[in-house]
Parts: sequence; C-alpha cells; structure tokens
Amino acid sequence: MEDMSGYPHELTGENTPMVSFKNVRKSYGSLVVLDDLDLDVTTGEMVSIIGPSGSGKTTVLRMLMTLEKINGGCIYVDGKPLTHMPKNGGLVPANERHLRERRADIGMCFQHFNLFPHMTALENCMEGPVHVLGISKAEARDRSEELLELVGMINKKDEHPSRLSGGQQQRVAIARALAMRPKVMLFDEVTSALDPEVIGEVTNVIRGLVDEHNLTMLMVTHQMGFARDISDRVCFFYGGKIEEQGSPAELFGNPQRERTQQFLSAVREAV
Amino acid sequence: MDIFEFLVQYWPRILSGVGVTVAQFVLAAILGIAVALTMGLLKLSTNKVLKGFAVTYIEIFRGTSLLVQLYWIFFVLPLFGFSIDKFTAGYVAVGMNIGAYGAELVRGGILSVPKGQWEAALAINMSPAKRMWRIILPQALINMLPPWGNLMIELLKGTALISLISVADLMFVTKQINASTFLSAQAFGIALIIYYILARFLVTPFMRWLERFMARKMGRA
Repeated sequence: MEDMSGYPHELTGENTPMVSFKNVRKSYGSLVVLDDLDLDVTTGEMVSIIGPSGSGKTTVLRMLMTLEKINGGCIYVDGKPLTHMPKNGGLVPANERHLRERRADIGMCFQHFNLFPHMTALENCMEGPVHVLGISKAEARDRSEELLELVGMINKKDEHPSRLSGGQQQRVAIARALAMRPKVMLFDEVTSALDPEVIGEVTNVIRGLVDEHNLTMLMVTHQMGFARDISDRVCFFYGGKIEEQGSPAELFGNPQRERTQQFLSAVREAV
Repeated sequence: MDIFEFLVQYWPRILSGVGVTVAQFVLAAILGIAVALTMGLLKLSTNKVLKGFAVTYIEIFRGTSLLVQLYWIFFVLPLFGFSIDKFTAGYVAVGMNIGAYGAELVRGGILSVPKGQWEAALAINMSPAKRMWRIILPQALINMLPPWGNLMIELLKGTALISLISVADLMFVTKQINASTFLSAQAFGIALIIYYILARFLVTPFMRWLERFMARKMGRA
C-alpha cells in the first residue's frame, strides 16, 4: 500500500482550497491517464479544463465525483481527505461510508444529462433531497421548484425527460445537482451533446451560477469562447498533465507553451 | 353426449379445477418473481459465494426437468425430513423453476440500464441499495416486461404438471372426468380451450396493461 505519511489529515489555514489534488495518479493498466496531478481550486472559483481528447480532463472530474478510483496521491475537498480517511493515525483508502459522507459536498452534471427517465423533472430534483438528505417532501418540493425556476424549467416541471429537448434536460440536470446544495459543482462537457441552437440556454444558466452563488465550479468544455468568458482560471491539459494554466486573458491571449499554442490555433481553425 | 351437455353436467368440477389452477398460478408467480429478483441480484453480486450460489441455483433449476424437480420436492424431500403438502409442493416447484429463468431476465434487465444512470444516482450521493431500488430496478423492469409475459404463460402451462402429484387442478379434474366417462374429446377439448383462454385473455392482456402502465410512468405513452 502507498505510504500516505506525507499527506495531512486535514488542510487548515486561511487560504485552504475548496478542492485540492495532491500528486494524484490515475492509470488504466499500463496506460497512465493522469500523472502526479497537483491542482488547487479556491472557494467560489470557476476553473475550466480544456485540452485534446485523451488528455485526462474528464477523468479529473470523475475522480472528484468518486466515479473513478485514484491510483496514488490524495484528493481533499473542503480541507478534508475525500479519497482517504484517517485510521489508526494514518490515512487509508476511503470506505463507502466515508465516501458517502464526503460526496455530499460535490454535485455533477454529465454530457448526456442522465436524468432518471421514470421520474418527472420535479421528481428528478426531489429524489436526492427526499431520499438521500431525508428532508420533508414539502420542503424538497419548494427547494426543487425554486431551482427549476432558476433554470427556467418551472413550466415543464411535470414532464418526463423523454418529452424534453436536450437543452431542457440539461437544465433540469443542473437543478437536480443544485438541489443537493453542493459546495462544488462539476460540469462534464455539458454542452457537447446539444444542438448548437440550445447551447446558449445551458451556458446562460451556468453563467448565472457564477454571478449569483458562491459555488466552486470545475468545468470541462470544448467551448473556448464560453470558457474564456466565465472562468477565473483555465487549465490546459495535455498527456495527463497540466501543460499550462492561467487567467483566460493570459491563456487565450498569450499562451506560453508550444502545445497550448498548437491546440488553440487548431481549435480556432475548426470554428 | 355433445359438448354442451358435457359442460352442463361437469362445470362445477371443472370450475373447481380452474380455481386451483389459478391459485397455483398466482402463488407460483409471486414466488417465481421473488426468486428471480433474489437470484438475479445475487448473480450480479461481487461476492463470489453469493454469486456462486445463484449460478448453481439457476443451473440446477434450468438444466433439469420441471417434472423431476416436482417429484423431488414432493417425494424425495420428505425422506430427508421436509414434508410438504401437495398443494404447496406444486406451486413451490413451479415457482422455483420459473424463478431460475426469471433470474436471467432480471440480470439482463439490470445490465441493460445505461451506466450513466448509476453514475447520476451516485452523483446525488445515493447509497448502493437505493441506487438499485429507486433508479435501476424500475428501469430494468420496463426493459424486461415483454419476456416476462412469455414466462408467465410458460408458468401457467407448467402448472398442469402438478396434476401428477394429485393436486386437483384443471388437468387433474379433466383426467378424472375422462377416466370415469371415457369422453376424452370433450374432456381434454374443454381443458385445452380453458388453458388457452386463461393465457390469451387473462395473462397476456394483464401483461400488456402492465407494459402500458409502466410506459405511462416513463412519460412515453
């Protein structure tokens, strides 16, 4: 087992990041997907992750959502270890109970929405609050309707996902994730499966979240313009590492690394 | 004796046989669904012992004859100290047999639910059990309803075998009437028609209704 003695049981101090990846490694067999990733995201920050496919960017979000196990290092959320738990004075890989406790801070939206097809939009949003958080149905309904209002889907609250367009489904999915009151929201290529004309309705919702809420957000996207508009920081991933990161103005306006320049010019040509 | 005279004379006995057949069918169906669900879930378990148990069960009950299983439960188990009355032995044998087939349907239905549904359920922090019960199984059920319809008809027809351990079902009553009257064409003709009516006008419409009901729940209707 990996020696975890170098990793603290808790991150403390005034500038404790909301999310912290420390030397995180991920591989599938001999294929290394992420190589010693170090990434801190401060509370309320919006970080976009861009890069070519296969660069490990989606894996970053999936590890944070605990959909993928990590092979080394440690991830902290809100100062506490997510992938590990303290035991006998050391850190050991987290069990299901620890994961359930720590996962409560994180919400995620997927490329293909993944709404529950046997439930209406409202029921999708109420499911977690009622059956995971255990709050009353009436309260969960109020909370969910408020969020469906926020994403502009209140008039479709009683529709099943099969009756909604992709953009509408994705907005419900955002409401469903927010209903759990996460501290960190993850957006995994949330506009990639959408028709071009409805992308705006989803990006506008995310834009609203940046303005109104003190949410920490990580977003994997192929929409460079959107990333440039709303991010506090942009990370360019290449070959399982952060090749370059900086403010949108720096990274898009004056990229330093050759691979970043190549990637951005290739993307611009494609548009 | 024409068929109407035959019916007039024997309908009370035939009806009591139909009653037993329907009761056997319903009890076997309930047991079969419970067994199918249990074994289907166990077969998907990562625990090797539980999985092995389900695999063995399914192999035995699918790989051997229902009639032999029935005789085992009714005639052989008492030799080991487990005595079961014939009515119970009847639906237990049929239900356990159909459950083995149903287990494969349950397993297939669960595997047919897209991976994204598991991930979305995990992302709202559901426990593994809630993910299965509230998100995966309802969708799996919809996927596996059409083959379940077939299985239910197989089950109804399978109940005729219990007449061989003297449960007074439709088949048993028919054989009795035949033995005392030698009106074979009328007796077995009526039995044939009643089994067809039960399958075609009760079981099949009920399963169709269930499919439509579930489709409405999915907002597809």
